[in-house]
Amino acid sequence: MKKTILVLLLTTIAMISTGLTMAAGGGYPKSPANVNVDDMASLQRGAKVFSDYCLSCHSAKFVRFNRVADDLGMTESEVMENLNHLGGKFGSTMTATMTDAYAKESFGAVPPDLSLVARSRGVDWLYTYLISFYADSAKTTGHNNAIFKDVGMPNIFWKQEGVKKAVYEEHDGVKTLVGLEVVEQGTMAPEEFDTMIRDLVAFLSYIGEPNQSYRKSLGVYVLVFLFIFFGFAYAMKKDYWKDVH
Amino acid sequence: MSADVNNSKRRLLVAATSVVGAIGAGFVAVPFVKSWNPSAKALAAGAPVLADISKLEEGQMITVEWRGKPVYILKRTEENLKVLETDTDMLADVNSDASKQPEYCKNSARAYENHAKISVMEGVCTHLGCAPKYVPDLNNPFAGSLGADWKGGFFCPCHGSLYDLSGRVYSSMPAPTNLPIPPHYFKSDTVILIGQDGSNA
Amino acid sequence: MEQKSNGLMGWIDARFPATKMWEDHLSKYYAPKNFNFWYFFGSLAIMVLVIQILSGVFLAMFYKPDTALAFQSVEMGIMRDVEWGWLIRYFHSTGASAFFLVVYLHMFRALIYGSYKKPRELIWIFGVLIFLALMAEGFMGYLLPWGQMSFWGAQVIINLVSAIPFVGEDLGIWVRGDFVIGDATLNRFYSLHIVAIPLILIGLIVAHIIALHEVGSNNPDGVEIKKNKDENGIPKDGIPFHPYYSVKDIVGVIVFLMFFSIVVFFAPEMFGYFLEHANFEPANPLKTPEHIAPVWYFTPYYSVLRAVPSIAGSAFPGVIAMGAAIVVLFFLPWLDRNPVKSIRYRAGWYKILVAIFVVTFIILGVLGTLAPTDGRTLLAQVCTAYYFAFFLLMPIYTKLEKNKPVPERVTMK
Repeated sequence: MKKTILVLLLTTIAMISTGLTMAAGGGYPKSPANVNVDDMASLQRGAKVFSDYCLSCHSAKFVRFNRVADDLGMTESEVMENLNHLGGKFGSTMTATMTDAYAKESFGAVPPDLSLVARSRGVDWLYTYLISFYADSAKTTGHNNAIFKDVGMPNIFWKQEGVKKAVYEEHDGVKTLVGLEVVEQGTMAPEEFDTMIRDLVAFLSYIGEPNQSYRKSLGVYVLVFLFIFFGFAYAMKKDYWKDVH
Repeated sequence: MSADVNNSKRRLLVAATSVVGAIGAGFVAVPFVKSWNPSAKALAAGAPVLADISKLEEGQMITVEWRGKPVYILKRTEENLKVLETDTDMLADVNSDASKQPEYCKNSARAYENHAKISVMEGVCTHLGCAPKYVPDLNNPFAGSLGADWKGGFFCPCHGSLYDLSGRVYSSMPAPTNLPIPPHYFKSDTVILIGQDGSNA
Repeated sequence: MEQKSNGLMGWIDARFPATKMWEDHLSKYYAPKNFNFWYFFGSLAIMVLVIQILSGVFLAMFYKPDTALAFQSVEMGIMRDVEWGWLIRYFHSTGASAFFLVVYLHMFRALIYGSYKKPRELIWIFGVLIFLALMAEGFMGYLLPWGQMSFWGAQVIINLVSAIPFVGEDLGIWVRGDFVIGDATLNRFYSLHIVAIPLILIGLIVAHIIALHEVGSNNPDGVEIKKNKDENGIPKDGIPFHPYYSVKDIVGVIVFLMFFSIVVFFAPEMFGYFLEHANFEPANPLKTPEHIAPVWYFTPYYSVLRAVPSIAGSAFPGVIAMGAAIVVLFFLPWLDRNPVKSIRYRAGWYKILVAIFVVTFIILGVLGTLAPTDGRTLLAQVCTAYYFAFFLLMPIYTKLEKNKPVPERVTMK
């Protein structure tokens, strides 16, 4: 019986893992974001990038400035001066500078709220997305994106990143986008730009779930407690079951 | 059941497991109990408010809202302050011993000493929570028994409680204590932050 | 021990059968002494029920069943603004999946040890009803966060109702209370999720346990312990549930809580299986997500639904198949004609049939999370066929089994 169960379990695990790989397959490959939400300096830089570049069009309406200050180790005045460009209260949430009506008029749609984008898309997708813009004269913005085809968002970092062009491979008459190639250097060195994007993605990950670091550290204590509890309960069970023959 | 059962060991194990379990239950209760605290939203709505008093004239009062309550900011005259030092025998709680106020306001003016003219108080009658009306004029039709002793103050329309100009309740009124004073401090001579103690006490 | 006690307990017992209930169900309920690993899942299901009720009561204090507010009340109110709200929600979302996991394992236990057989048919039927109520509870609860998957998942399932010929269209509108899933739908699902179905669930669980304690527990050997009693009328192979199984189940609960905590604290999304990624976007009736998959616990039955081809453009045959896949469970006690309960003493090839059944069920579950392709649909069809064949051919093949001798008394292996 034990053997049967083992075989079942192994088969199942094999099934599920093949299932997962099948689900993940296809599309432009994602690059790992490798962000660290415990790196306060990175998060603070990311917060600044976010409020300077993203917050003009996107909101993060579930995120309160005072919470960001608390979690990222920033003072009230730092947050109010560097991040809160609209000048709302310290306890208010991150709202886009652009009004919804204006956004509809100029872009045809209200840019999505970014509070949870790291949870719905995943950090690797976000990182890949932000570094995968390429020049495409067919688009009104002049740019397209390798992982988000025909995206409506303009390439806001093109000055810093430079201009890239798409590289295609052809198999059986089907053209697939396989990579991007820099054709014009930007104002930032590639590593510098990469750090900026990773900081931004780290911040997006943080606002996606502000308590994620705390959650994990608390979990360690909970498991330690349960382990101790288990020790006592197991000794008690052993003792009682001495009666059963 | 076998005879070789060590009962005291068993009792000890049960006791130890129960204690650890009870501690665990205590830990689990914490998040549930704490979830009833004011949320970040409520705290943001109840955050300290700024009041600009640069245009406030002597004898005038403005009302600001803090945590859903009216807060009165009254600028009194030199004359008023003198009265506040002498009306003592008619008050229920002259020294505000039974009333609610920050330590720095526990004086006859119930105000900062360096800003004695400015009185900040919650407009919530200590009887049943109505908002008392500011009645600066000396001929108060509701002053009743006080008559000529009325030197201006607050009158609660619900049950007729009378307070003097620093929110101290007169004797034999329905209201038991003086109007509460919220924590506040002067960010400058003309700006008060209500809801938070400051360092200039 | 003296039965007529004095003091406070005596006073209470004269008015309420507290001591009697304690004895009937715990201290003098004799359970077979050979319970193994599989017998933890009943008490674990009760544990999860407690977690769900406790966390659910608190979530209801902060949740707003209004399409304009629901998503925000969960993702901002509960997850960020309310102190510890995130933990309470993760308890509830992880608990939902844990409930199904534990119940599936509990049902598997019943299957392999023949716990559905005479005289335990009603226990099994109450159990299948609990399973149904749980599915309704999970389905309605999943709409409440009002994310993309909440909306589109409910959309797909309610459209199944609309596939019923003649009355379907009107029935779908009636269930939604609107022409699309909207405020009316959200409000009635909320009410059902937090009041009506929990009441039904608790009632069914009480009935399940009363029926169990009436006939006594089965065990891995499938031996009726009541057939061998000592001079005091106590089954020789029985031990009082309390303290022996209460202390054992506490250990089980703690081990369960370890796994539960690992998910809650380290992987609450469980890689998108417990909390689906698309559900972090608010419901948008105008934009279907690229790939709609129900939560994992529905996917085996969802696969059955998709495996059956539609006839004349109607998904109704699939709906029938999905319903039948659950209804067939009710008949299990009468489909299995083998008098031997435990799989230990049944034919070797029956064990293999059960093993294949488990594997096909898991394959159906995995397929249900994936977008269909021709190959996958074929695989789902094969698995669906096996699912039904396993049950419906039982009356034939269970009679052909060569059983091993069943022992008189339970074994402690």
